[in-house]
Amino acid sequence: MATMTADQGLTIRGLRGSPRRRRKEGVIRGVLIAAAGISLVVSVGIVVALIGKAITFLTSVDLGQLWTEGWRPRSGQFDVPTILIGTIEVSLIAMVIATPLGLGAAMYLSEYANPKTRRRLKPILETLAGIPSVVLGYFALTVINPYVVQDLFRVTSTFTIMAAGIGVGILTIPLVASVAEDAMYAVPNALREGAYGIGARRHTVTTKVVFPAAVSGIVAALILGFSRALGETMVVAIAAGATGSATRHLNPFEPGQTMTGAISSLAIGSDSVKSASSGGVNPFDSLFFVGLFLFLLTLILNTISERFVRRVRRDY
Amino acid sequence: MSAVAPMRQVSTTVQLALTGKKRDLYGRVFQAGLLLSLLLSLAILIVLLGTALVDAWPVLSTRLVDFVTGNVSRLDSRAGVRQGIVGSLILIGFVAVVALPLGIAAAIYLQEYARDTRLNRLLITNIRNLAGVPSIVYGILGLVVFVQTLRGLTGPDNFGRSFISGGLTLAVLVLPIIVLITMEALRAVPKSIREAAYGVGATRWEVVRSHVLPYAAPGIFTGTILSLARAFGETAPLLLVGAVTGYLSSPTDRSPLEILQGAYTALPTQIFSWSRLAGEGWKANTAAAIIVLLVIILVVNMAAILLRNRYDRRW
Repeated sequence: MATMTADQGLTIRGLRGSPRRRRKEGVIRGVLIAAAGISLVVSVGIVVALIGKAITFLTSVDLGQLWTEGWRPRSGQFDVPTILIGTIEVSLIAMVIATPLGLGAAMYLSEYANPKTRRRLKPILETLAGIPSVVLGYFALTVINPYVVQDLFRVTSTFTIMAAGIGVGILTIPLVASVAEDAMYAVPNALREGAYGIGARRHTVTTKVVFPAAVSGIVAALILGFSRALGETMVVAIAAGATGSATRHLNPFEPGQTMTGAISSLAIGSDSVKSASSGGVNPFDSLFFVGLFLFLLTLILNTISERFVRRVRRDY
Repeated sequence: MSAVAPMRQVSTTVQLALTGKKRDLYGRVFQAGLLLSLLLSLAILIVLLGTALVDAWPVLSTRLVDFVTGNVSRLDSRAGVRQGIVGSLILIGFVAVVALPLGIAAAIYLQEYARDTRLNRLLITNIRNLAGVPSIVYGILGLVVFVQTLRGLTGPDNFGRSFISGGLTLAVLVLPIIVLITMEALRAVPKSIREAAYGVGATRWEVVRSHVLPYAAPGIFTGTILSLARAFGETAPLLLVGAVTGYLSSPTDRSPLEILQGAYTALPTQIFSWSRLAGEGWKANTAAAIIVLLVIILVVNMAAILLRNRYDRRW
């Protein structure tokens, strides 16, 4: 405001403020816009990188190779059903674990726990969310498989889809619990009080009033959990016995291969050689195709879950 | 015996009369079930820590200092995690330098500057989606962009498999999370604070800089610490951008740039590669490395969460 003095009176120029201040404002605005734009670049980058490389792979491969029983990149067998079955099996087992535990924990925290308990227990649940997946992978291999899966189901395999699924499930509990708890906690008290007013008990209020009112948020939590389980890599890489090759089967008590497991074993393996046995295809390139598939799958699930969350928000 | 006891009796009688049952058994069972599922989730954490500690005890009790300060070795009795810890710290430093300013700046734009246009809404939806992309897909992005395309810059002598590639990949991975967390923290600052500042003639940036950011700082701080801790434990993308899973020599006489462009490993990557080796010695090493990793992450997480609870403000 240095240019404006009292005797000049009020001018448009004066109201605009000092040019230096306005220039600074513009520069900062530009910097901030650039930073926001980078996020767009990143997502476009992911899609372009994946699509380009995936197309390279798909044009070099004979489509029959994507549907021949067994995932054996080195011999030119890139069976989509094999890894898709493994992925869905692991995710379903994970959800069988995470749904009751996550929703139960969420209901207790939101409807039963007094504020003090809630304040103490929630951080611990959040800590559980911070455990790296590689740790859960080791846990699945050394504890869950020998002491839970092998003992309970009387199987002998060191690596099982079941153990990996349970491990992924444990990783998913905090996510399901926290999203579901947010949804239930956001249900207005008036609804609860209305129900209490006509003599409902607490469990009736929880299951018949709060649960239906928060159902879209709870569904969103479950879809988000499923999507997270689909993309989980390390637990599968360690505990499911995801090696270079796998057969197509439905038995959860045997080693198996998932999409993420296939990507990671291709990445650390030495399959990056184009050979006659793989039908003139570089096995390594199949990684991009599987990655694109996984990206689209999780994108669809996340978009659906976002829709559900928005519905909760609109209601109140 | 004052009036309290009879009062309670009366209310119990009334309740009995109203409910027609002696006790609300179903309700109790339901509540117990919920509590059980919560406690079970928490018990897993304890069992996990417990078994890792038991497995790691042979290493922790005999050669803890050597283990933390030792390098990668082919012998299980000599292997240590120094390179992993140092590697992870350098990676995290990289993430902090790249992703924090970018993420916070993007969030300030989206929350404080952007109008509610179609484009901006698309941008926010896009960031939300990015936060849900599996980490291994970011690994593929890093592989294509940083390792293959920008090989000349990220690591000319090393096929692009360097600290720079790994750090940038992790930075891209946590960027959307930092943006979302920061936006959340900014949104929690009430409008009246901004309006008061505008009222005395502050420009938009002055409002953000001197009024909004200070109030949002604890939230931003906690959120970013949590996301950095997450990056610290991330393994899958590093496998794709070439973290060394086997032997790694670290020559001493290198310039900082040469180090950043050189081969690298990280603590979680070491855990992964050790977990695949046979033998009791490696099992103990794996568990010990897990304890080191968990101690670092849990301490940082706990500190961040406690900090947030302390500075949590209700408007």
